Amino acid sequence: MFSFIVRRVGYAIPTLLILIIASFLLMYAAPGGPFTTERALPPEVLKNIEARYGLNDPLPVQIWNYIWNIVTNFDFGPSFKYRDRSVNDIISQGFPVTLTYGIWSFIFAVVVGLTLGIVAAIRHNTAMDYTAVGISISAQVLPNFVMAPILVLIFTLGLFRLTDGQYYLPGGGWNGGQIEYVIMPVIALSTSYMANIARLARSSMLEVLNSNFIRTAKAKGLSERKVILKHALKPALMPVISYLGPAFVGMATGSVVVDMYFSTGGMGQYFVNSAFNRDYSVMMGITILIGVLTITFNMIVDIVYAWLDPRIRLS
Amino acid sequence: MIAKSEKMDALAENIVEQHAIKGRSLWQDAMARFVRNKAAVVSVVVLALITILSFVGPLFAPWDYETIDWGTMGNAATLGYPSIATGHYFGTDDLGRDIFARTLQGTQISLTVGFLGAAVAVVVGTLYGAISGYVGGTTDNIMMRIVDLLLSVPYMFVLILLLVVFGRSLQMLFVGIGLFAWMDMARIVRGQTLSIKNKEFIEAAIASGVGSFTIIMRHVVPNLLGVVIVYASLLVPSLILTESFISFLGLGVQEPLTSWGALINEGAKTMQYGVIWQLGFPLAFFIVGLFCFFFIGDGLRDALDPKDR
Repeated sequence: MFSFIVRRVGYAIPTLLILIIASFLLMYAAPGGPFTTERALPPEVLKNIEARYGLNDPLPVQIWNYIWNIVTNFDFGPSFKYRDRSVNDIISQGFPVTLTYGIWSFIFAVVVGLTLGIVAAIRHNTAMDYTAVGISISAQVLPNFVMAPILVLIFTLGLFRLTDGQYYLPGGGWNGGQIEYVIMPVIALSTSYMANIARLARSSMLEVLNSNFIRTAKAKGLSERKVILKHALKPALMPVISYLGPAFVGMATGSVVVDMYFSTGGMGQYFVNSAFNRDYSVMMGITILIGVLTITFNMIVDIVYAWLDPRIRLS
Repeated sequence: MIAKSEKMDALAENIVEQHAIKGRSLWQDAMARFVRNKAAVVSVVVLALITILSFVGPLFAPWDYETIDWGTMGNAATLGYPSIATGHYFGTDDLGRDIFARTLQGTQISLTVGFLGAAVAVVVGTLYGAISGYVGGTTDNIMMRIVDLLLSVPYMFVLILLLVVFGRSLQMLFVGIGLFAWMDMARIVRGQTLSIKNKEFIEAAIASGVGSFTIIMRHVVPNLLGVVIVYASLLVPSLILTESFISFLGLGVQEPLTSWGALINEGAKTMQYGVIWQLGFPLAFFIVGLFCFFFIGDGLRDALDPKDR
């Protein structure tokens, strides 16, 4: 087990380095520097600005400094657009918001998805099964950018109103994470992942329930409850676990839409704004942060997977 | 002695005329199973109709997708409602452009991105996976490590980064989507190749001196087709989703061209002024289209996946 973890971490680090270097080169190759404006700056001024941001160093030095600052100080450098803000400021402002509704969506998707999938499998070919499958198929064609307007249409624009004429939910904003501001982002973000988890859980549970060891367990007279909880659940959850990595990443990237649409002020909003402003350092900082999260999360999922299934770590 | 009866004669004749039972190929089998799946067949028909409509419809629409109807411009909520009389079958947007024509045009782009992207992914991914799996050893190890490495990159963010750095254009969107779409395909194909490569017919090919590349193209790839088709049918909607996502953010297809994602984005912005048709019609196309793709994918999987038989 230990050697598996070491090997897995050994893959993660070069992956991360390559992501950082690749996005740095991408930014370096971008036509037109961050300080190119319609009114051309005098060359001396431009030179001074570039010196301030360390842009006149040779490329390897720039990359080295960038990586060194991230590794030692977790410092992504200054924003190219807003002189008084660093990338760290922007991240520390947006990240807590993203994390809050990201975690809620994750929990919601996993809990509801698993319940739907497992219930559908246990009550295979009953009305309950068909309902669950119906829900998961419809949720699959409703990605976050479709869910968001639909939710607003329903809850804020008046299909549903309280008796005193008030709308149910505010159309956007964050307001310190009050519950009524969190509901719509969470639903919008989690539906399609919930659907995928439900589908995965259902099909793997069906497969497990048809296998020989379950028949044995039933044959020796265990109650259905015990068969499912003690024998069927663990192997049935394996494919779902391997999906959690991509699902998490999806919810992190999906926040781009949710932030934009509900103006929650999370990282996605800053990412899109900096994309339109060509504020490369902010874009890179956020990309790398998400990359770190992605790689770490995939690593954790792999390790958990190997811990649950000895065949993986021994191969 | 048993007399020669008419019965015996008929029997003898029958034996002579009896033909061998006609064999059914894997594809005929799969076809039969697919046709039995009603949801999938209906989806194929609906999708075909949508595709034909998106290419033929604009020829009959009184307005094209970028012409501004000055009469309704700025008054979409009161004057731009859907009506047969004005020729705006789906209404107009706030600039007075015809939603019917724009929806069809957006459908064209979204479908093109989906199918073209999936085609690129199929070709690249199949070749990459088949070569990696067939050659094996260190080559396989290196090739798969590269894929693993690329797969752990948050591709949506990198795609946006690419679009910003190299300019927003449809071509760049294709390149960006193509860069990432082939990797899952390569992994799936490699797994299949590993099991095919130990079969006797490959051994026979090697023994009779066929070159590696010819074996891959003639013997491995055709046997992969089932898996490839199933996976490709699921890839098309996921690429359409990616494209719509990017266009929803305003980073994909640029005006006056449009796509499902861009249309939904515009519609979502104006729906609060009562211009509900600007969201409704593109959304309906989007949802119906994706439903069809998923049903077809499910049908193909049931038809071609040997595990479920």
